[in-house]
Amino acid sequence: MKKHILDLIISDNIRLGPGIALLKLSSQSPLPEMLPGQFAQLRIDSASPQVFLRRPISIHYFNKDTNELWLLVHAVGAGTRALADLPSGSIVNMIAPLGNHFTMPLVPGATRLLLVGGGIGLAPLLFLGATLRDKGFEPTFLLGARQKEHLVQLGEFEKYGKVGITTEDGSLGEKGVVLQHSLLNDKAFDAVYACGPKGMMMAVAKYAADRYIPCEVSLENVMACGIGACLCCVEDTIVGYKCICMEGPTFNIAKLKWLH
Amino acid sequence: MAALNVYIGGELHICSPITTASGTFGYGVEYADFFDINLLGAIFVKGTTAEPREGNPYPRMAETASGMLNAVGLQNKGVQYFANDIYPLIKDLQTAVIVNVSGSTVASYVACAERIAELANIPAIELNISCPNVKRGGMAFGISAQGAAEVVAAVRKVYPKTLIVKLSPNVTDITEIARAAEAEGADSLSLINTLLGMAVDVRQRRPVLSTVTGGLSGPCIKPVALRMVWQTYRAVKIPLIGIGGIACWQDAVEFMLAGAAAVQVGTCNFIDPAVTVKITEGVSNYCDEQGFSSVAELTGALET
Repeated sequence: MKKHILDLIISDNIRLGPGIALLKLSSQSPLPEMLPGQFAQLRIDSASPQVFLRRPISIHYFNKDTNELWLLVHAVGAGTRALADLPSGSIVNMIAPLGNHFTMPLVPGATRLLLVGGGIGLAPLLFLGATLRDKGFEPTFLLGARQKEHLVQLGEFEKYGKVGITTEDGSLGEKGVVLQHSLLNDKAFDAVYACGPKGMMMAVAKYAADRYIPCEVSLENVMACGIGACLCCVEDTIVGYKCICMEGPTFNIAKLKWLH
Repeated sequence: MAALNVYIGGELHICSPITTASGTFGYGVEYADFFDINLLGAIFVKGTTAEPREGNPYPRMAETASGMLNAVGLQNKGVQYFANDIYPLIKDLQTAVIVNVSGSTVASYVACAERIAELANIPAIELNISCPNVKRGGMAFGISAQGAAEVVAAVRKVYPKTLIVKLSPNVTDITEIARAAEAEGADSLSLINTLLGMAVDVRQRRPVLSTVTGGLSGPCIKPVALRMVWQTYRAVKIPLIGIGGIACWQDAVEFMLAGAAAVQVGTCNFIDPAVTVKITEGVSNYCDEQGFSSVAELTGALET
C-alpha cells in the first residue's frame, strides 16, 4: 500500500482516562485506505529537544465513509504527552498507513474470533473488530488492564461484539488477568488476535498454541523510521531479524521465537 | 537558476549536491512513495558486506536529545544478494546509486568491492571504515592511519571506479586518516560516520542498547561534523562529502561553505522522508539569491 505524508486536523481530542487521549482526525481530502493492524508515524513538534523521532501509533479506528481516523494515545513519555495534549484544531503530520495488517480471517472457516487487548494495546482491536463485524463475523473482545481507568472505549467495542473485561484490582469486570476470564471456559475459539504488553501477548500466544488455535499478535518494538530503512525495530523470528514496521507489526505466533 | 551539478571525485559528476546517507535511506525504493528519488544527486545504499550479516540483537536504537543512537551492526544479506536481488530494482534509477561497502577483514572488503565493481550501473563505492557497531573490522580500520591505508590500498587495487572513503569521527585527528586515505588512492572522502555513544535506562539500570554502545547521529552531531569537514578540507585535495545531522538547507550550505562538494542527509530522513526535496530547493534558492551561478562555487567559500 502506498505510504502518504499527511497533515490531518484534530477535530476532537477527548480525554478518556489518566493520560489516555482519543484523537479524532479528519482531512479535507479523502484519506488513503488503511487496514486493521496498520499504524501511523506521528511527527511531534515539541519544544523539548528530548523528543526527536516520530511516534508510531496504531490505527484505533478508520472510517472511509466519514473520512475519519481515530488514534488512542497513552501519554507515557514526553513525546506521547505532547501528542495527547494537542488541542482540537491542531494539525498533525503523519506518515500512514504503515506496516502489514491483521489477517482476516486468520484461517479459512474461522468464525469464532477472540480479540485480546491489554491496556492501551486494545487500540487496534476496535478497528479490527469493526472490520470483522463488517465482514459478517461476530468477534469477542477480551480486554484487560490494571484498573478500570485504563479500559477505555468500552461502549465502542460493544457495538461490534461481546466484551469480556478483567482488571487486576477487580475495579471492573472479573478480577485477574485476561487469560483467567470465565468466557474462555464457556467458549472455544477458532482464532485469536492479541495486542498488549509483551508478557500478556506471550501468555496469549502460549494459550493459543497449546490449543492449536492460530494466533496473531501486534508488536510494538521501538522504531525510528517506520518504513524499513533504519532496521532498528527488529524482532527475532524463525527466519532471522525482521523489521516490525514492514513485516509486522502483526505476526503469526508461529513465525516468532516466543514459544521455542 | 544556479547549476546544481557537482563533482565528487574520480569520474563522478552528480546532478545535485544533495544525497542520502547509507543506512538511512534503505535502497531508495523505500522512499519512492514520497518523492521522485531521481532528484537526488546520489543514493548511498545500505552497508553491504561480502557475506550476509544478521546484525545485533534488539534493542538497537535509543532516542537522544536531537538525535538517536543505533547499533544495527550492518545487517544485510550480503553482496551476492545485493547483486542478484536488489541491483535489478535500482540499476535504472536516474540518480547515482553508490554502495556502502564494509567488512571485517581486508580480504572481505576486497571481495565485496570486486563484486560491486562488476555491476555496470554502480559508479562508485563508499568504503565504510567507520562503522562503530561491529566487533571486528568496521571502525577498527578507520581509527588509525595505518589501518585506513591498508584497506584503502587493497580495495584501490581491485576497484577501478570512484572510490569514496567514509571516515570515522572517533579519532583524535581526522586529518591524519584523511591524508592516509588520499595517499592510497581514495577519490573522495565522506565524513562523518556516527559518534560512539551510549544511553542508560535508569529504571532497569541497564544500557538501552543490546551492545551497550552505539553510533550517535542526528542534528546533535552537526557542529562536530562541520568542524571535521572544515579541518579535512584544508588537509586534502580530493572532494569531500559532508555528513552529520543535516536537517535543512542552511545546514547543507554550512557544510558546503566549510569545504564539502556535496552532502548526505541521514537521520533526518526518518523525521521527514521528503526533507531532501526541501533542502535541494532551499540550496538552489540560496544560490540564486546570493548570486552563485553554480552550487559548486559554495564549496570552501567560507571566509575566515
